[in-house]
Parts: sequence; C-alpha cells; structure tokens
Amino acid sequence: MAIEFTEDGGALRLSGELTIYHAAEIKQPLLTMLQSGNELEIDLSGISEIDTAGFQLLMLAKRETDRTGGNLRLTSHSPAVLELIELYNLAGFFGDPLVITAAHGAGGRSS
Amino acid sequence: MNLDQALPVFIEEGRALLQEMEEGLLGLEQTPDDPDILNAIFRAAHTIKGSAGLFGLDGIVSFTHVVENVLDRMRAGEILTQPDLTNLLLQSCDEISVLIDAAAAGSESDVDPTSNGVGLLHRLRAYLETSDASSDAGHLPAKAPPPVEVCGEAAVSGDCWRIVVDFGENVLRNGFDPASFIRYLCNLGEIVHLATKTERLPPAELMDPESCYLGFEIDFRSAADKQTIENVFEFVREDCHIRITPPPAFAEVAIERIEALKAEADKVGEILIEADAVTPREIEEALALQNEIDARTQRHPPMGEILVQEGMLQQPVVEAALEKQKKIRDAKIGESRFIRVDSGKLDQLINQVGELVIAGATASLLAQRTNDSELQEALSTILRLVEEVRGGALQLRMVQIGETFNRFNRIVRDVSKELGKDIELQISGAETELDKTVVEKIGDPLTHLVRNAIDHGIESTDRRVAAGKPAKGTVRLNAYHESSSIVIEVTDDGGGLNRDKILSKAIERGLVNAGQNLSEQEIYNLIFEPGFSTADTISNLSGRGVGMDVVRRNIEALRGMVEINSRQGQGSTVRIRLPLTLAIIDGFLVSVAGCSYVIPLEVVSECVELDEREQRHGCYVNLRGEVLPILNLREHFKIHGQTSRRQNIVVTHFGGQKAGLLVDELMGEFQTVIKPLGKLFGKVRGVSGFTILGSGEVALILDVLSLIQYAAGLEAQKAA
Repeated sequence: MAIEFTEDGGALRLSGELTIYHAAEIKQPLLTMLQSGNELEIDLSGISEIDTAGFQLLMLAKRETDRTGGNLRLTSHSPAVLELIELYNLAGFFGDPLVITAAHGAGGRSS
Repeated sequence: MNLDQALPVFIEEGRALLQEMEEGLLGLEQTPDDPDILNAIFRAAHTIKGSAGLFGLDGIVSFTHVVENVLDRMRAGEILTQPDLTNLLLQSCDEISVLIDAAAAGSESDVDPTSNGVGLLHRLRAYLETSDASSDAGHLPAKAPPPVEVCGEAAVSGDCWRIVVDFGENVLRNGFDPASFIRYLCNLGEIVHLATKTERLPPAELMDPESCYLGFEIDFRSAADKQTIENVFEFVREDCHIRITPPPAFAEVAIERIEALKAEADKVGEILIEADAVTPREIEEALALQNEIDARTQRHPPMGEILVQEGMLQQPVVEAALEKQKKIRDAKIGESRFIRVDSGKLDQLINQVGELVIAGATASLLAQRTNDSELQEALSTILRLVEEVRGGALQLRMVQIGETFNRFNRIVRDVSKELGKDIELQISGAETELDKTVVEKIGDPLTHLVRNAIDHGIESTDRRVAAGKPAKGTVRLNAYHESSSIVIEVTDDGGGLNRDKILSKAIERGLVNAGQNLSEQEIYNLIFEPGFSTADTISNLSGRGVGMDVVRRNIEALRGMVEINSRQGQGSTVRIRLPLTLAIIDGFLVSVAGCSYVIPLEVVSECVELDEREQRHGCYVNLRGEVLPILNLREHFKIHGQTSRRQNIVVTHFGGQKAGLLVDELMGEFQTVIKPLGKLFGKVRGVSGFTILGSGEVALILDVLSLIQYAAGLEAQKAA
C-alpha cells in the first residue's frame, strides 16, 4: 500500500507510507481537505511508515489550520508517527493528546 | 658560560631589542595605549635590564629600571601615552643605546649614565611621581581582574554540547532523513534536549514536499570528541549548516591540550586543530568567512574572533591558542636570533663552495670526454647537489633590506619634527634580499638621501597646501630586483628639482659649459657632481654641498650607480642600482679569438648570428627593425688573431637598455666563481672579475653595464 487518503463519514484517515516517495502526491489533497472545514480530525493509525518529508506535511497542515483559525486534531497516532514526534520533540507543536502506552505496545498497530 | 664571550651576544641582542622598543614607541604614536605594543615595549626593556644585570652593567640596569617602571605604569593604564612621554622614551632608548655602545667599546664592565641620561631620569621620575600622587596603587600596579567570560550560549547546560544543525533543502531528495542522523547521534551519547526549528517551513503553496526545511538545536551529553560528533553528519555536511559548540568543561580540556601541545604550527587554526578543539572543516568554513568579510568590509577579522562568533569555540580556548601561538612564534624568533655565525666562517664556506663548483666543472668536462654514461649520470647528480649547496650557501649571506628600511621611521620622524614638516614614510619591497655586506654599506648613503628628500625635497606645509597638494608629505623607500641588480628607490612627493637653477649653478661652478646641450636627465644628475649644492639656506641637516657626490662615491664603490629623476612640482626619485656582487654567478661563456669571457646570464636576452652584410655597418645592427648598438669585443679588447668566419651577437639588456656584444663563439651556460681582480686592475672598467675554467684557462667576467658605458664614453671622445 502506498498512501491512502479516505473520508469515512466525516472522519479523515491517512494510511500507508507517508514518506518522501509519496509526499508530492499527498500534498495537494491534504491542502484541499484542509479547506473543507474548521474542525478537522485525521486518524493516523494506518500510517505504517513516516519520514521527515511526510512529517513536514503534517507540520504544514497543522500550521495552515492554525493560520486560518481552524483546528486540526491528529488522533490514533501509529507507533511510527509517535516515534518521530517524540524524536523531534514536537508534541507541543501539535498539541494532541498522545496515547503513549498504547502506541508503544502492540495495540497501536492493530487499530 | 663564559660571560666575556657572551657579552657580544648581549650587545647585539640589546641593540635588536632597542630597535624593537623604538619601533613600538613609534607605533604607539599611531595607536596610543595599544596594550600589545605597550607589552612588547615593556618586555624589551625588561629583557635588556635582565641581561644587563647578568653582566653587571649596573649603569644600564639602573637607567632601564626607571624606564621599565614608567612602561609598567603605562601598561596598567596609570600613565597615559602622550607625545611628550613617547618622545622622552625614545630619547631614553637612545640613552640606553649609548650605554650599550659604551659597554661594547669599554673594558670597564660598568657604565654610568651620561649627563643627558641623568636629565632623562629626572624627567622619567617626574612621571612616576605624578602617577603615584594620582593613584594609590602602591608599588605594584594593581591588575584589573580579568573580565568574566561568558562561554558559548547561556542555554548550554554545564556538560552538554550544543549542536545546531540546519538541514539543507536537498537532504531528503538525496535520500537522507534528518531523523536517522539524530537517531544515530543517540549512539554517541544522550540527547538532553532537542528543539526542532520550524521557522524555515515556507507558506503552503511554496512548500516543496520533497525539500527539507527543518533545523534542530540539540543539547547533547557525550564523551565523544568534536570530530566524532561532526562525523555523524558527514554525509550531509555539504548540504548542512552545522555548529557544534563544546561544553564549558571541554574548554578547560582544550586549553590544557593546547598548552601541552608541542607544535611547530604557528597559525591559530592549526594549533586548534592539533589540540582537537576544532575540526578542519570548521577552520575551512571560518577561513571562507574570513575571506568573505575581508572582501566585503576590507577588515580582516582574526580567526579566533570568527570561531567564537560562530559558536564553534569559546573565547578562553581561543585565548589559550593565541597565547600558544605567541609562544611558538617567540620561540622561533628566539631560535633564529641566537644562531650567530662568524662572517669569516661564512666567507670561507662560500669560497670553498666556489672551489667545489670549479672542481665540478673540471670533472664534468673530463666525464664528457669519456663515453661512460654512468659516470656522467653520477656526476650530473653531484653537480645538481653542488648547485643546491651553492644556492644555500649564498642564501646565508642574503638579508632582507626591510630592517635597514625600518630604521628610517625614526629618522623621518625626528627630522621632519625638527623641520616642522608633516611627513610620512612609506616602505615597500622590504622583503627584497641582498648581500649582507652590501646592506651594511648602503645605510649611510640612504640616510643621506632620505634626509635630503625631507629637507630639500618636500616643501613646507604652507607651500604644499598652496600648491594644492596634501599637507602631509610622503617619502617612499622601495626595493626590487632587476636582472642582476637590486634597485633601491628613494622617492619624495615634494617640489622636484629646479632644472634651470641646477644648470645655472653648474655653469657658475664650471661643471658644464654654457653652450653645452644637455638632456633633462643629464642636468638633474649634475647634482651628483662634487661640490654641488643648490639649497638657498644651509640647514643643519644637509645643504653644505658635500652630499650627493659622497653618495655617488659610496655607491660607485659598491659597483653600483645612482641616478635621479624629477618632475617639477611632483617630486623626485633617486634610484640606486647595485649589483648583487656575490661570489658565484650563472654566466654565459663566449669566446673571442680563443679567449674566453663570461657574461652574467641575467643580462643575456638572446643570441643571434651576425649577418655577413651587416658586418660593415659598424656600431649598429638592425635587430628585427630595432636599432641595436653593437660593441665588438675583439676591437674593444684589442685581441689579435683571426676573425672567425661566423660571428655571433649576444644581445644583453640592463636598466631598460639593450646592446649587443660581438663575439666569435657561443659556448653556453656556465656556472662560475667570481675571483676578484687584484688591486693593480682596480681601475679597469668593464670587467668585474675573473674565473678559472674547468680546463684551467682564465676567463674574464664582463660587467656589461660599465663596459657599454665605457665604450660609449670612448666613442663620444673620438667623435668630439
């Protein structure tokens, strides 16, 4: 699976490999999606792999919604995402509650 | 150590130190209260006092002691530099110099200050007393506590490295992920704190998803050294901007390491690299920055300053490195200062090398007659080595003219003060080298010329301003090599020579006839005639009419020549041309009717065959459309013997002129020893010495310049 961007009953879901290989193709849909509303939530549980390029996109999305007065919540971080947020010490930047134990355990992967 | 034998060393060292003091004091006039200069002056005085004490030269000790006290107070900022004081200190230098000279000349080990010295002491003490009154510093000046240094950025906690890395945009595209470098960093130590810098992330529409915009500030606790940490980022180094600031604790280690260093390097950067305080890449970057700042602002910031500014290093480490640098340099200077060789030994060495060159030439001649290629090969190696030894031996005698030039700073300062003129001395070509014996002999004539330039050359300030020139006059000393000579120029931007006045004076003195047709150049050079002076008033300094002719005599005694160029209202240039009369030269061997002559290779520009048809034209030939005067050596030296069928012209150049020498045979390059001609031949012009060829034959060495002049003179006489 490359990258998938699905909208399931208002809940946005990003899954697959959020990496440099797909960063270019995901940028525009992501930005378009951001314009769809003020209160947004993206489920990251399906992200199997993320690198700095992908991470920059999440940062961009967060900053854009902040700029337009909206609110972006990232939820159900997959372990890969959590690891990078931790490494980059950016939990504060996103401001989302992180479920660390679940994420580090097997549970994050299964959801 | 036998002190009597060491005394000459002290005398020489003392003079060198005095020279340093003098230069320092003159520098102080430009930048008053410069701590570096003050320290240097103080150190010099201190060393003189110390060494003098060793030899029991109490007179020097007691005098220098007072000077040293004043200097110490100046260092402490208790006495401020002022013109009167520098003047006084300069005079004190002179006094110490007198005392040292007395010590050198006298058998008495103790030397008392002169009456002049007593007066100076009195004035020096006056300074000490006023400073005592104005401060309660007591005997020893209280040293200001060293300023507290702030190490690196305040955010760095005690034992952490601070790594600031901005990843370049291409990093991701090149297949690297910043995250992996940071993860790898964890193998070397502990990331205490990491902050991601997001401010480079551009607006959404401009953001390229494949570019990297992140940077990190990392507080990193690790026992690794700087190079190791830097190596983590090795693969992305080209694309990144990395600053690694060592922890404060590291500074101490680095300082210790720098102090323990046994380095030869005397560059701050090299010292720091050797002590592992910085990495070569950092120095490279700092050098690039240094050049960039230099190009942009014309200011050359010290390496240390850049390193600290860029956060690569803390100030105390840089200071330790600077201290080390000074020590290494001092040590180097110390080494060179203390190798003193008897000039007699040097002459002997050069003489022996000369014999070696001759012997080598003989051997090479013999080897060529045999057909033994191995022998020839071995010999050619020997000859190459001999040549190197020769070069080295000659180099020993060569000294830079700079030291001689620097002495004139004081002379210009003193004389221009005395005359109430504002004059600056500019020095160029100070690194030009010439034979030590020549340097020693050129001092007096140069002094005369410089004084002359100040006294007669440069007009009074009022007249300069009236003429629309800068109020400050300039005297320039310049030296350079030209073919086989060294040229020394003394230039002033004064009023220049008055052509008519010189001419009328010369006619009045009977030096030339009223009707004589002289070129501008010839008129100017009349001032070198004996008994010639055009100064309207006789000053203390020059103008007694015993100046320029003595200068010319001195220079001619060195087989040199002197000429003057001048432009009314713009100044004059006196040009001294001296041969590098050294023991050995590279020559070009020619023969005329079986007699060999050596022409210094430096003056030879080309050789051409004489065209049969040209032969009848006499003293000139047409060299590719140029008129080339020719001197027939056969006629000149009145050699009898058969004219060879083919004749050659050796085209020589000297001082911007060209002339051809007509010879029979060209025999090629030849390295040769100049043997001076005996006294009997002292008056012979055109021959500067002789040499013995490998075959045992004698060959004359031609002094082309005087040869041509002499021949031209004869020609003129014939014509007249």
